Amino acid sequence: MEPADDILECDDEALELPADPMRLNMGPSHPAMHGTIRLVLDLDGETVMNVDVQPGYLHRGFEKSCERGTWGQVFPYTDRLNYVSPMLNNVGFALAAEKLLGIEVPERCQYYRVILGELARITDHFTCNGAAAMELGAFTPFLWLLKVRDWIWDILEKETGARMTHSFGRIGGMAAPPTDGFKDDVRAILPEVEKVVMESERLLLGNRIFLDRMQGVGVLEKERALALGVTGPVLRSTGVAYDVRKDHPYMVYDRFDFEVPVGQDGDNWDRFMVRMEEIRQSLRIIRQALEQMPDDGPIVVDDPRIVLPPKREVYTTIEATIAHFKLVMEGLRCPKGAVYSFTEGGNGELGFYLVSDGSGTPYRVRVRPPCWYNLQAARDMLLGDMVADIVPTFGSVNMIGGECDR
Amino acid sequence: MSAKVVARLESQFGDRILAKSAFRGDEEVTIAPKDWVEVATFLRDDPACAMDHFGDLTAVDWPLREREGQPRFDLVLYVRSTEKRHRIRVKTKVRDGEQPKTLTTVWAGANWAEREIWDMFGIRFDGHKDMRRILLYEEFEGHPLRKDYPIDRAQPLVEYRDVENVTKLPPFGIEEGQPFTRIDWEERLAGHAEPVSPSIAVQTGVRRTLSDSEIAEAAAARVAQEPAADEPSENAS
Amino acid sequence: MGELKVLGGSQSDGFFTTKFEALLAWARKYSLFQYPFATACCGMEFMATAAPRYDIARFGAEAPRFSPRQSDVLWVVGTISQRQGPVLKRIYEQMTEPKWVVAFGTCASCGGFYDNYTTIPGCDKIIPVDVYIPGCPPRPEAVLDALMLLMEKIQKGNREPVTVPPREVPELAKRRAARGGKVQS
Repeated sequence: MEPADDILECDDEALELPADPMRLNMGPSHPAMHGTIRLVLDLDGETVMNVDVQPGYLHRGFEKSCERGTWGQVFPYTDRLNYVSPMLNNVGFALAAEKLLGIEVPERCQYYRVILGELARITDHFTCNGAAAMELGAFTPFLWLLKVRDWIWDILEKETGARMTHSFGRIGGMAAPPTDGFKDDVRAILPEVEKVVMESERLLLGNRIFLDRMQGVGVLEKERALALGVTGPVLRSTGVAYDVRKDHPYMVYDRFDFEVPVGQDGDNWDRFMVRMEEIRQSLRIIRQALEQMPDDGPIVVDDPRIVLPPKREVYTTIEATIAHFKLVMEGLRCPKGAVYSFTEGGNGELGFYLVSDGSGTPYRVRVRPPCWYNLQAARDMLLGDMVADIVPTFGSVNMIGGECDR
Repeated sequence: MSAKVVARLESQFGDRILAKSAFRGDEEVTIAPKDWVEVATFLRDDPACAMDHFGDLTAVDWPLREREGQPRFDLVLYVRSTEKRHRIRVKTKVRDGEQPKTLTTVWAGANWAEREIWDMFGIRFDGHKDMRRILLYEEFEGHPLRKDYPIDRAQPLVEYRDVENVTKLPPFGIEEGQPFTRIDWEERLAGHAEPVSPSIAVQTGVRRTLSDSEIAEAAAARVAQEPAADEPSENAS
Repeated sequence: MGELKVLGGSQSDGFFTTKFEALLAWARKYSLFQYPFATACCGMEFMATAAPRYDIARFGAEAPRFSPRQSDVLWVVGTISQRQGPVLKRIYEQMTEPKWVVAFGTCASCGGFYDNYTTIPGCDKIIPVDVYIPGCPPRPEAVLDALMLLMEKIQKGNREPVTVPPREVPELAKRRAARGGKVQS
């Protein structure tokens, strides 16, 4: 008998590889980790048996920092929550504070907020889908989509003065009225954006490798997603048509004709396609908003207790000087109470729970970060998949560190 | 939007609904911590409520309430229904050190939210299987979102380099006008209620201007404090 | 860098003399392999710098190496929290010499407005930094400026930390000069 034969003659179980799971650490600085997050994996061969998702590497003390300034000083921090779509956070916080004050901004401002917000949503989805494609090795679509992001950032820069972190929202309006060529600029860019969406879909959707790695991978079930508090494109990909803009319309979203794209299986492919379709719906909303937006009118509420007076008046009139001094030194006074206001952010329901004790400083600013709950569901998506599937799954969850860890 | 849910809860629980409010259209009910899980389960399972979508769970710290014998923390829960499209806020008050029952048995989404509350506020949940810190590290002492945790008390894991030209000045000293923090919670908890920052208090006449010697004293105290704050924790790696 | 000497009759036969260090530095500065330690918001501008409009590949510094052992430049892009500190330090220690560090953005340079319990006030508290880029986040133009500053430093063999100076928009500078104002470089 050859030496190898007695190995072959033993029973099948002895031939199996050792059954002990292997423990593998991914992150917190890993090229595919899309930000900073750590995964501790228990692997059986290449199959993920258990995973411990550890967020928190970008905890920057958002909520504590907000408790030491005035209400208006929260805006720069909100910019850096979901830094892929800062305008949506600005608008979300402004709406929450306005709910606390019980005011409503002028109609022109509402349309302005909608248009800027939807532009931000487009950049958000472009970045997510581009990065997801890049992580699967498709570098060209990433460059294609980022090219568009720069075009949109040009418009936002012209309007707000900053490419990314605008701090443009104000309680009771926006920092500045739209520039003269605003509508024309946006109108000019819409067909170009649509063209790039088509092009990148042509680049990706016929690609066998891309399909194989996206379809049927990272599946999340509907009931489980709801219980875990998942919202946004990740929830819609499981088949639940929950979109705050449609279900609880805020601002002027009830005046637009748009659809809520939903998926079926809740896999990476559905999440990718839901985002692509949402870009088209956002373009639709922007077109209608451009038609309906009044060309003139106030952009801020007419209340010197809430909005800073124009700079020229501060230098020339005593009333404006006093109003300016009171707002800057004492801060805007919000009535005592607590409100929860929620909007559709780039990743889902972005809620602000504000508690005021009647002083000029927020008592508590709690943000309900959509990423936090979406990421919590990542464990369900990853279990049973292969190690290589972690990369596209994480890409399609679109975890944004600033928002998730705050 | 959710007045129906409040009515349903009232008819089911009666006196056990301690308070209800609808500030700015946000319906809210307050219940006792012992009813926490029971009300949550009812909200989920009752066909008229059908709250299947977990929203958010968070806490608010009210240290001054403790003096009046009231519980220190508010726990705030948000849930909504996909089918009925209504939502409700449920609140309960817990004492420092009290362990409310976990909601992970009702909605799986409460898992990370409760871990975060433990991390940030130091409220432990009874029955939660994995009560680790989530945003901060295990070596961290204290709970930063409590009002008595000073915002600038860092607990570094690695020793800072001892090189010249990397020291950073604090943004504002006591003698340099307005500090960024508008409310000094240490002072407030000690019984000195100054509503806003010292320099504003000076301008509004609540606080007198510090003399030069007092400023020098405070600056010296800060310098003496600083090396202690920069010391790495024992578990530095 | 060196001196071009034409010895023979035809232009194409020339050679040039240089110092070995200068040649090495020249080679190094045009093939920087980078390790992007991207943690936060600045990562978005870092992506924009790599994207077609600003195209960092023009400087030979586009190739990311996700192993610290293969990379020359560590870009610290974004806020470094106390929890992240040991990770950053280990990555820096794993890099092989010669290595350079660029602090990308205000948070990496000094902590920015996250002056609180969880943020390290600048990554230079942990690792030495060569170039600081101010901005929250810095514009891609500033990033390219930083890259050129770093190349200059490599060529000169200078390890003093430098900060990217502010620049004016050329049109605005011209307008100001026309009014008789001072122009920044």
